[in-house]
Amino acid sequence: MSDPQKNIDPAAVRSALWARLEGARGRDYWRSLDELAATPEFQDLLEREFPRQAVGWSEDEDPVAGRRNFLKLMGASLALAGMTACTRQPDEHIMPYVRQPENLVPGRPLFFATATTLNGFANGVLVESHEGRPTKIEGNPGHPASLGAADAMSQAAVLQLYDPDRSQALAFNGEIRSWGVFTGALRDTLAQQKAKNGAGIRILTETVTSPTIASQLRTIQQSFPASKWHQWEPAGPHSARAAAQQSFGQPLNTYYDFTEANVVVSLDSDFLNSGHASLRYARQFARRRRMAEHHDTMNRLYVVEPMPTPTGTKADHRLPLRASDVEEFAWALAISLGLAEGPKTGENNDIYKWLGPIARDLQNNKGAGVVVAGEHQPPIVHSIAALMNEKLGNVGKTVFYTDPVEANPVDQLASLQDLVKDLDAGAVELLIILGGNPVFNAPVELGLGSRLKKAKLRVRLGLYDDETSAACQWQVPETHFLETWGDARAFDGTVTIQQPLIQPLYGGRSALQVLQSFTEQPEKSPYDIVKGYWSSQHTGSDFEAWWRKAVHDGLVAGSALPAKTAAVRGEALSARAGGKKLGGKLEVVFRPDPTIYDGRFANNGWLQEVPKPVTKLTWDNAVMLSPATAHRLGVQKGDMLKLTYEGRTLQAPVFIQPGHVNGSATLHLGYGRTHGGRAANGMGFNPFGLRTAKALWQDTGMDAEKVSGNHEFADTQNFHNLETPDRRHIIHKADLADFHKNAEAPHEGAETPPKGLTMYPEWKYEGHAWGMTIDLNSCTGCGACVVACQAENNIAVVGKDQVRRGRHMNWLRVDSYYQGDANDPAIYNQPVPCMQCENAPCELVCPVQATTHSSEGLNDMVYNRCVGTRYCSNNCPYKVRRFNFFLFSDFDTPSLKLARNPDVSVRSRGVMEKCTYCVQRINGAKIDAEKQDRPLHDGEIQTACQATCPSEAIVFGDINDKNSRVSKLKANERNYSLLADLNTRPRTTYLATLRNPNPEIEA
Amino acid sequence: MSQIFRHSTNTFTRVLLFGAVFILGFAFWAVDRLSRSDYNTRATQSREQPVPFSHAHHVGGLGVDCRYCHTTVETSSFANIPPTKTCMNCHSQIWATSPTLEPVRESFRTNQSIRWTRVHDLPDFVYFNHSIHVNKGVGCEVCHGRVDRMPLMSQSASLQMEWCLNCHRNPEKYVRPREFVTTMGYEPAGDQEEIGRKLVAEYKIQDAHTLTSCNTCHR
Repeated sequence: MSDPQKNIDPAAVRSALWARLEGARGRDYWRSLDELAATPEFQDLLEREFPRQAVGWSEDEDPVAGRRNFLKLMGASLALAGMTACTRQPDEHIMPYVRQPENLVPGRPLFFATATTLNGFANGVLVESHEGRPTKIEGNPGHPASLGAADAMSQAAVLQLYDPDRSQALAFNGEIRSWGVFTGALRDTLAQQKAKNGAGIRILTETVTSPTIASQLRTIQQSFPASKWHQWEPAGPHSARAAAQQSFGQPLNTYYDFTEANVVVSLDSDFLNSGHASLRYARQFARRRRMAEHHDTMNRLYVVEPMPTPTGTKADHRLPLRASDVEEFAWALAISLGLAEGPKTGENNDIYKWLGPIARDLQNNKGAGVVVAGEHQPPIVHSIAALMNEKLGNVGKTVFYTDPVEANPVDQLASLQDLVKDLDAGAVELLIILGGNPVFNAPVELGLGSRLKKAKLRVRLGLYDDETSAACQWQVPETHFLETWGDARAFDGTVTIQQPLIQPLYGGRSALQVLQSFTEQPEKSPYDIVKGYWSSQHTGSDFEAWWRKAVHDGLVAGSALPAKTAAVRGEALSARAGGKKLGGKLEVVFRPDPTIYDGRFANNGWLQEVPKPVTKLTWDNAVMLSPATAHRLGVQKGDMLKLTYEGRTLQAPVFIQPGHVNGSATLHLGYGRTHGGRAANGMGFNPFGLRTAKALWQDTGMDAEKVSGNHEFADTQNFHNLETPDRRHIIHKADLADFHKNAEAPHEGAETPPKGLTMYPEWKYEGHAWGMTIDLNSCTGCGACVVACQAENNIAVVGKDQVRRGRHMNWLRVDSYYQGDANDPAIYNQPVPCMQCENAPCELVCPVQATTHSSEGLNDMVYNRCVGTRYCSNNCPYKVRRFNFFLFSDFDTPSLKLARNPDVSVRSRGVMEKCTYCVQRINGAKIDAEKQDRPLHDGEIQTACQATCPSEAIVFGDINDKNSRVSKLKANERNYSLLADLNTRPRTTYLATLRNPNPEIEA
Repeated sequence: MSQIFRHSTNTFTRVLLFGAVFILGFAFWAVDRLSRSDYNTRATQSREQPVPFSHAHHVGGLGVDCRYCHTTVETSSFANIPPTKTCMNCHSQIWATSPTLEPVRESFRTNQSIRWTRVHDLPDFVYFNHSIHVNKGVGCEVCHGRVDRMPLMSQSASLQMEWCLNCHRNPEKYVRPREFVTTMGYEPAGDQEEIGRKLVAEYKIQDAHTLTSCNTCHR
């Protein structure tokens, strides 16, 4: 009775949704279960532009009272409008430089190379600076981890820098102290420790890859030989680290190259969207799906995973498997490849059904395949994957090993447990916590919040005054990486130099400075520390030139670690555990959140509000369940579940995710913060409360019980629906083999009316004519473009309640479409910016001509002319216009003003806004070209979404130039217009997605 | 019960009804004049500045080129207000002890910016770019007037949108050869419209349709 997949008998039980789902076969493509089941709620949403609750003014307001309030407010605002018109604009002032810096031209941005880090690993970025204010982060094309792309988290770092909730003052037990008092206290304790060789000193850091910090820690170790350095990173690559030790007998770093990979098997790895080199991987992977010519070929991707990820949406064959069944799958695949002994069938037939074809595919592509083990899978899965890659001849071609990138690749769990033991023994007299947030994110049974207090003196360096700070006496505000010098290594070991863009806003200090206090030169600046370290490393007399180049480029050329050869040891695969039975319970799966990660970005409005890939959830996490499992538990979306695991309980709301594996519940970490800041606190629930050292990522044996209560989610999946009789023409898709036979295959059934069949005015475009293509075959749905758009265009954050009412402001959205069975659908991503229609329905209905047709074909939006009738939005078939229902832009918080792009208006309330292909970039480039009296080069203008796209799915350019990339792509057979039957003639067009299924499996 | 309205109300109502057209007409006319007036646009009004800097003296009298101070006018959207250092290039030698210039020296000493009052203040939703205008042959004088005769800086044009559009619709009426861009009191050597049309072609100035597309200035 263990397997719920077999347990479900839809005929026996009937819930409203389930009954409808059963018979639902009407639509090819659907956006949500509500739509598939054609519930009345969905129909209502489809017919209205905004959900019903959008009429209210505040959260619990009924429509009648709402109308009265509306009249009251309108009366007041009319009166105020009358008054304010009589005032004059206040005088503005200009404060020029006293001594203008060299190379700075006011009004022109400068770009500087630096790097973001996640789990210690560097990702090179270029930061745009306007007169000393960093405003926008782009990828660094020269950096191997970025290749010019930037992910959502890196880009949102700008908002984190200006976050008004950052820790702003050095404090001892909440009382403000000076840096001098702090260092004095620290040095007193150190002097006492000197006699004991530092036996009471403990330093707890996140994963350290920085060569400079590592060298400082080594120096401290020398002067205080009995001190200890611990590391803890809640979502770090713990398994990969342990697996390297197990498989190769030495710590090794693994990375992949997808350029030559024809067959990719992902064992629960979201390599296209998370991990230390996902931007690079996404680019390499997408290039193998470009299909520029009709007879080009594509790679093939198999994915096994519990919860649909962006990688899963790109799979040619996606197999939903419980996280703890992936190990059995890996074993069975190894057996099918003849690399291990064992049975070729098992209880769960899903695991075994495709093994033969996958194994043959891998064998036919020896040296051109790759098996990727998921970061969160146990070490044994990594060992099996390593063995398969080795025996298939992939090592050295698609898989590479190097020495570890981390400065000290210890078992971090053991390291933390060791610290706890010392705390219990009362051996810790000085505990320094650099970054991280261990009180919030350490395994729950360690009870770090109370245990920390056993250390006599606790010092915390942190960006926020958070949960960990609350357990420490000293809180030292940390500098943001955009405020200080530093260094780190990238996925392949490339040394990456971080340089500051701005003086520390709140007088923060960096980890380098705190560690420097241990030495005889405590006041050395971060610049001198980093530069000093590298001058001691650099051989040769050209250090200054070398250093300047490294800072300019953001990396040290040629510093990648050399590839190593390593063979998997026989004993690595000796221990084979039996499959884990569910026993009527649920499997619990912990995963870092796709946007706020382990909680470190929880106070970042951009990351909270960007709809999470696939689920389209904002501001929340949930118990992710499959439709069948939800049905078995008798719960619907928003119902509360009481989860019990290892004697600990947690109440959390249910979110039903099509494509999630049955019998498993995925919990995304990072929510449920209590000391995170105004955006973080009180959002979601905290799965760290269930997470123990025994099961950092997944385990069976969780009970779930429905309890009373209901939770309102703010997911955007049902908003902005495109109203068509059926969904066939929204996603154009074909199988590769069919496409090779018939180029029209993806467009079957779609109709394009003749050009002349319209009553709209005919436009002539004599100069440029801007257009865009979005390759659905490349797009992974990661959402980096959405954040790029938000940063570039000063788009406001509106908060959960407003999102729930369908008022989120993102100009660019990424829609998810499902196809097929609700429990195992194919998933497609479709980014939807403004289509810039040539026959634009929005333009004709504006009573004040606030939206007009530009000579180059853009549907311009003139904010200062808009009176907010919202007719344009009503008439937009693509639902890409956004309205400022309230004053969403923050005009008051001083630090947030610094984050704005000076080239784009900040919109006030009552104004419609929309994508204009980053017209500020277009005009900027046009002006530069005209000044130099030359034509614009193709590719010179990159929209923000295009520039950041890891998979290069978005291409923008002049369609009047027949040789431009965008013109060529629009001539591609896969090109199609969204809702072409409306004859709006959109300038944004899509390239149909193709799937490359294994013919053996399809048959 | 007495009547609510007195007899005179009839006359009053009649005048009001028949006069409504004139009253409304006058009101519109008045608002129109007022909104275009120098009072409203603040044209020709000089502002108080921390240092009474005289363009008349520096440009008209000494013949300093606009670009000596406004260094980025050819390369950036912003023409640049000179840093204190630029003032001190000369004024560390000449008038080095003048009390009028004390704010300049103070700024140089304390590293605090001089707080100038903005004279040409476009609304925040207008994105004006100096460099492209200068490069297309729009002289400084065309917008800023005879700066060489202004002891205190003031705005010479209304800076209203209709004023911008005059030129965006008919650039040939205003452009001049690039070498005369900073010249004050420029006189065209012949018929302005004829020369203008030639220059518009030579400088590849965009057509009026493009120049009057909203996104040319608003974004």
